Amino acid sequence: MQKKIEIWNETFECMSREQMRECQSRRLVETVARVYHNVPYYRSKMQQAGLTPDDIRSVDDLHKLPFTTKKDLRDNYPYGLFAVPMSEIVRVHASSGTTGKPTVVGYTRKDLSTWSEVVARTLTSAGVQRSDIVHVAYGYGLFTGGFGIHYGCEKLGATVIPVSGGNTQRQIQLMHDFGPTVLACTPSYALYLAEAIKDSGIPREEFKLRIGIFGAEPWTENMRREIEEKLQIKAIDIFGLSEVIGPGVSSECQHQCGLHIYEDHFYPEIIDPETLEVLPAGETGELVFSTITKEGLPILRYRTRDITCLNYEKCECGRTLVRMDKCIARSDDMLIIRGVNLFPSQIETVLLEMEETSPHYILYVDRINNLDTLELWVEVDERFFGDQIRELQAIAKKLQHNLESRLGISITVKLVEPKSIARSEGKATRVVDKRKLI
Amino acid sequence: MTVRQLSIFLENKTGRVTEVLDTLGSEKIRIHAMTIADTSEFGILRMVTSDPDKSLTLLKNRGFSVNMTDVLALSTPAEAGRFAEILQCFSAEKISIEYMYAFSLGKTAYMILRTDDCTRALAIIAKNNLKLVTYDDLKFL
Repeated sequence: MQKKIEIWNETFECMSREQMRECQSRRLVETVARVYHNVPYYRSKMQQAGLTPDDIRSVDDLHKLPFTTKKDLRDNYPYGLFAVPMSEIVRVHASSGTTGKPTVVGYTRKDLSTWSEVVARTLTSAGVQRSDIVHVAYGYGLFTGGFGIHYGCEKLGATVIPVSGGNTQRQIQLMHDFGPTVLACTPSYALYLAEAIKDSGIPREEFKLRIGIFGAEPWTENMRREIEEKLQIKAIDIFGLSEVIGPGVSSECQHQCGLHIYEDHFYPEIIDPETLEVLPAGETGELVFSTITKEGLPILRYRTRDITCLNYEKCECGRTLVRMDKCIARSDDMLIIRGVNLFPSQIETVLLEMEETSPHYILYVDRINNLDTLELWVEVDERFFGDQIRELQAIAKKLQHNLESRLGISITVKLVEPKSIARSEGKATRVVDKRKLI
Repeated sequence: MTVRQLSIFLENKTGRVTEVLDTLGSEKIRIHAMTIADTSEFGILRMVTSDPDKSLTLLKNRGFSVNMTDVLALSTPAEAGRFAEILQCFSAEKISIEYMYAFSLGKTAYMILRTDDCTRALAIIAKNNLKLVTYDDLKFL
């Protein structure tokens, strides 16, 4: 009988705060020197601020450095922020950007090893063991979700089933026949699967699930309770973003009282999103990360736009790693639909490219039967309104197709009369989010 | 030779058709024929009125999305088989009917149709001695 592993890497996960700080400072200093010498963008930004690597001696000096935003990634699309030659990049992933271009991230072989390590920690903190079988329903592809969890499972030694997303009936059949004990997907999809299992009539006893690893979108305590009741599993929150590494940035332990950040790799700060001042522990603000071990795309003071607060108290589980609260809110207008990032401005770009539609729209977001839905109301442009149903349907269909291929998610298009969407002098209300996250 | 028909885009909202009709009625515009083509999402209201240009302006000013199309209006004795005869003339020459609406009362039947080739349709009408209803005719009907 194998001993149960509760903490994957005790050395780092239970390190004293002083030792952690020393380790982080050492790694930060190395990282700053590396980006200064290898990434023209960071060198120029530091020079503009009158800084050289010598000015950064410890994490106490971090506040001197400028922030990095999604725009900086976009401006350096695709590989401008990489700190190594392309020959050393062994993997590229991407996620949505605010306009047409995606945000690109790159990994060296060592980065992939780091990624596997932090995801192995994530899985272990959720209670996953070598003997478990993991059903990965996160998307595999440019999205970091599928591959991230996959490699972490292999590092752990668990059996991974790379299902990816879609085809719910097949998912249920595999969940029944292959007997996974762990489910990894978005929380809203978990609820959707729960309903589908119920509808299938197959008794719950025939499924072996005991743990869920859920992330990629915000979810509340109420949703957790619902998932735990309906699927009869322990539902663990995990957090990550591709700019930092992907999944594996932080995760809950089985006590479910905050997400432990793997801060020996990703140094967190909380700032006031308006004044940009660093806030003390316990105060709520925007989460900022500096990667201190990544080689391919090291990133300094990256503004995540997620709102949370930090807790440095030692956890019941024995880990000394700082914890962050569950993220529910954001400080920008990004939406997360079925785990996919979406910016309203992306929709505008598509509308402006099509002559047949005006750029006046409202996006209605809702959650029906636990699945996020999008309905886009767009005003018909009079010049293109002909006389036939067929023509209008063709316009709606073309728009739907263009949106789906650009955004990667399906949106229902509804044509409305011109001028029926309220105009405003300031920023127009473009999104009505009816999902009640509470 | 063709008749001008208005087409108005309508969302599936109650009261929209009434608003269109009120707008025209209050300016004493008469409606000779109308029909609504609908889908679950929206509808297109098609109308032949006594003053197409004025109708267009009035409705546009009220914020409606309006278009004008040339359609063919035909009349025929109200007897069984007459509609079929007319459509036979078109299909024999491979002309498609995009849409049509018709009404029969007393001795005469009227139909309005849009084809995929107006010029050829007019030639077929002349060749087969079909009776066209023109804009001037409508004024006095």
